[in-house]
Amino acid sequence: MGRDWWRGVMLVRWAIGAARPGLPRARSAPTLRTAAKSWTIDRLYSSAELKEKPDMSKFLVEDIRNFSIIAHVDHGKSTLADRLLELTGTIDKTKNNKQVLDKLQVERERGITVKAQTASLFYSFQGKQYLLNLIDTPGHVDFSYEVSRSLSACQGVLLVIDANEGIQAQTVANFFLAFEAQLSVIPVINKIDLKSADPDKVERQIEKVFDIPSDECIKISAKLGTNVESVLQAVIERIPPPKVHRKNPLKALVFDSTFDQYRGVIANVALFDGVVSKGDKIVSAHTQKMYEVNEVGVLNPNEQSTHKLYAGQVGYLIAGMKDVTEAQIGDTLYLHNHPVEPLPGFKSAKPMVFAGMYPVDQSEYNNLKSAIEKLTLNDSSVTVHRDSSLALGAGWRLGFLGLLHMEVFNQRLEQEYNASVILTTPTVPYKAVLSSAKLIKEYRQKEITIINPAQFPDKSKVTEYLEPIVLGTIITPDEYTGKIMMLCQARRAIQQNMVFIDQNRVMLKYIFPLNEIVVDFYDSLKSLSSGYASFDYEDAGYQTAELVKMDILLNGNSIEELVTIVHRDKAHTVGKTICERLKDTLPRQLFEIAIQAAIGSKIIARETVKPYRKNVLAKCYGGDITRKMKLLKRQAEGKKRLRKIGNIEVPKDAFIKVLKNTN
Amino acid sequence: MVLPAARARGLVAAAKAAQRRRRVDSRGGSPSPEPASRRAAVYVHWPYCEKRCSYCNFNKYIPRGVEEAAMRNCLVTEVHTLLRLSGVRRVESVFFGGGTPSLASPHTVAAVLEAVAQSAHLPADSEVTLEANPTSAPASRLAEFGAAGVNRLSIGLQSLDDTELQLLGRTHSSSDALRTLAEARCLFPGRVSVDLMLGLPAQQVGPWLRQLQELLHHCDDHLSLYQLSLERGTALFAQVQQGALPAPDPELATEMYQEGRAMLQEAGFRQYEVSNFARNGALSTHNWTYWQCGQYLGIGPGAHGRFMLQGAEGHTREARIQTLEPDNWMKEVMLFGHGTRKRVPLGKLELLEEALAMGLRTDVGLTHQVRAKVLYTISSS
Repeated sequence: MGRDWWRGVMLVRWAIGAARPGLPRARSAPTLRTAAKSWTIDRLYSSAELKEKPDMSKFLVEDIRNFSIIAHVDHGKSTLADRLLELTGTIDKTKNNKQVLDKLQVERERGITVKAQTASLFYSFQGKQYLLNLIDTPGHVDFSYEVSRSLSACQGVLLVIDANEGIQAQTVANFFLAFEAQLSVIPVINKIDLKSADPDKVERQIEKVFDIPSDECIKISAKLGTNVESVLQAVIERIPPPKVHRKNPLKALVFDSTFDQYRGVIANVALFDGVVSKGDKIVSAHTQKMYEVNEVGVLNPNEQSTHKLYAGQVGYLIAGMKDVTEAQIGDTLYLHNHPVEPLPGFKSAKPMVFAGMYPVDQSEYNNLKSAIEKLTLNDSSVTVHRDSSLALGAGWRLGFLGLLHMEVFNQRLEQEYNASVILTTPTVPYKAVLSSAKLIKEYRQKEITIINPAQFPDKSKVTEYLEPIVLGTIITPDEYTGKIMMLCQARRAIQQNMVFIDQNRVMLKYIFPLNEIVVDFYDSLKSLSSGYASFDYEDAGYQTAELVKMDILLNGNSIEELVTIVHRDKAHTVGKTICERLKDTLPRQLFEIAIQAAIGSKIIARETVKPYRKNVLAKCYGGDITRKMKLLKRQAEGKKRLRKIGNIEVPKDAFIKVLKNTN
Repeated sequence: MVLPAARARGLVAAAKAAQRRRRVDSRGGSPSPEPASRRAAVYVHWPYCEKRCSYCNFNKYIPRGVEEAAMRNCLVTEVHTLLRLSGVRRVESVFFGGGTPSLASPHTVAAVLEAVAQSAHLPADSEVTLEANPTSAPASRLAEFGAAGVNRLSIGLQSLDDTELQLLGRTHSSSDALRTLAEARCLFPGRVSVDLMLGLPAQQVGPWLRQLQELLHHCDDHLSLYQLSLERGTALFAQVQQGALPAPDPELATEMYQEGRAMLQEAGFRQYEVSNFARNGALSTHNWTYWQCGQYLGIGPGAHGRFMLQGAEGHTREARIQTLEPDNWMKEVMLFGHGTRKRVPLGKLELLEEALAMGLRTDVGLTHQVRAKVLYTISSS
């Protein structure tokens, strides 16, 4: 028995867990990458074989459509998804399927937007039963890699645009992602019920910007359900079925994964070829690890197990993976002994924004550690390295896909785990092309990535430095164009393009150094355009940059925590800001403190904290002498002691003020 | 109390004589036949005030009624005792400070001076200073003090801005101050000093400099500029602590001081000490004694002294503090002849440190004479 006995015990545990409604379900927590909400239906059954398993073999490839909904924030992606699910009977219409607002403030503000779960919709059209797989995509370009992987499982997209707001920056970014993946794009103009709606104008914008004929736009009101049925019909008519073959060996794309504390990793997969069923032995092309499939099924939108999944279909798979890093997005799964060519485009998550994270109080270290572990359990794209700072104590250096990703992570720590953290100003990964043979030997490569400023190699040992850049899209009413162009110029951005998308709206494209937008670009843009400009960006590789390492000196001693890598053009501004911030926070000492920003031996900015003076101007007569002598002695001893140590005590508050991401 | 006519006439004559006294040029005054150990300045503390000033943490009391006769007797007794103990033969200056010594009767001042003159030699040209508060010193009273032997006045004017005076808890107005100053100059020409404070909460450089400018039109040959020190236990300290008043800005105070120095220099004043300015040689002999490490006797409640004892106890210079509280001090004086509460013998290093710290406050620095005096003190102990 042995093994069977053990399985029996586990099944009982699952059943108990699943049947108790009050029990916390790891799966129901929104995952970071998929940052989101679920439909309101409670999953009462897990894999327990209580429900009749649908036979997926009857859905032939030509009856399948795989598509995504992409939209700028608040343009109605989730509401449309709700309607589609209702129309296909996937969820009950009588239920209150009102869009659940995003929980996190940053999600609402920044448009990481709601992510609907992937769902298989069964829909009859002209007497034929279709399987429509609505494949979710994360709502922000920070996750553009994930978006591209999700899109690679689709053949078409619904591009939802608000009839009032028109095309926004994220609409453009989303469109081009779909366009590059050669997907059919169905423009859907939503919210036509609004008084201020101008669907005709939006049609013209779509024609101008995306070159899509205006008669291809579908005008709907997802909120009222107006014309939503025609969206489903367009999906069937305009999106081609996947080009896959059931007879070929299994080739499945992992496009999402989540972690369930009872069942392990649940991988969302799209089958490009072949069939997968329970008991199959599968291999990850990335890790080359082998797993036995415990369960397969479709998402409608909650997991419903099936006997098999066939080519062209989308569903989930559980195979004893214990960690989300074992089911990385973009990975290809194939049958043991039947290796296939992995699907193109896989890459490991590559953090683009780094920040130090420290507990406000060191006694909170362990709590914070466990909170970070829990959050990263569902998000393999956050890299975590232990770090420590003299000033801030023990903490971590975390790598994020982008700024927003970082903010979401931080807010979730605060809101869900009640953790109070100090997040340092974000930095970006720079690169250096080494010229020193010794260093090349040491690093075993010619091009190195620099995350910690302390590792910044000297110019004499380097051919060139590189900084990450992004292609930014800004869409704004034209009256703000001048101000925005000034802002971009101040951020070292280079204009690529400027197009009027209608009479009074302009689309600007700029190449930005990533580090110029990581701190407060978005807020500046929003405030100088009264909130009307939208911004989005995509990775654009690296470019040569004149980078320098800037030291911050206190009376000539470099402060390790404050070493910064900056662009030469920005060194003065950045140095001055840091010096000023320090000046405001450093307590006065009995001696003068020179705060200097230096590049090599050259001082580029200076502030002075004047010494604290014990009023020597006060009178001193017969009765004051004893006291005066005591004061003088105490002062002299104090000065001696401080000088001897040779460093200035920088209070933690001062460091926090300088290092903290004040954004 | 009314002075016997003959005696009063004598005192008036003495005061007139005092006013005719040759001005002291600098350090030390006229050559003295006595060695330094036999010479001293005498400080007399009058511990009473009408009202508490918001910045003051001196040893002072707001009495219901002062038993002035008892206080006078005790001051006189202590003068005799300490002069005897110190072996001092010659007193070159007497300073009545407080508290508010201008609240004391001229008779008391006269009695103390007489006691000094009885136990030691009080030369006719000795400097006798009285601290005077504008409101408690009408012209007639100032004349009486002059008659009692006072020949120099130090007026606690503090500010020429009525709001600031109110903030400081002073009972006078700027016009009171200027009137008192004018009267004092008539009575003690060339021998009137005024105090002006700087670095008050919310005080600005420009307006303060205008005050100083105005003061220059009215003042005599001596001026003291004091930066406000917020002392724990004062009303002002508490107000700043609670945030009711802004903390004085030391940068502004520095600016006031520097600008003020320049202005006074322009007006012909010599800055002979950190906070003290004089023209026409009108330096304060008494205070100069402190900075030159001369001997001084502290008489009265809480007074400080520094002198060498004569006789059995050897030649060690001591720092002495009298009992603070007036009633206790008086009891002690009546029992033991003096109210010294604390005696600290000063070591060689301390003496030199004091000589250095005090010397550096003056424009002459640490002079050979002072060094020699201190070294003599050390070698003779």
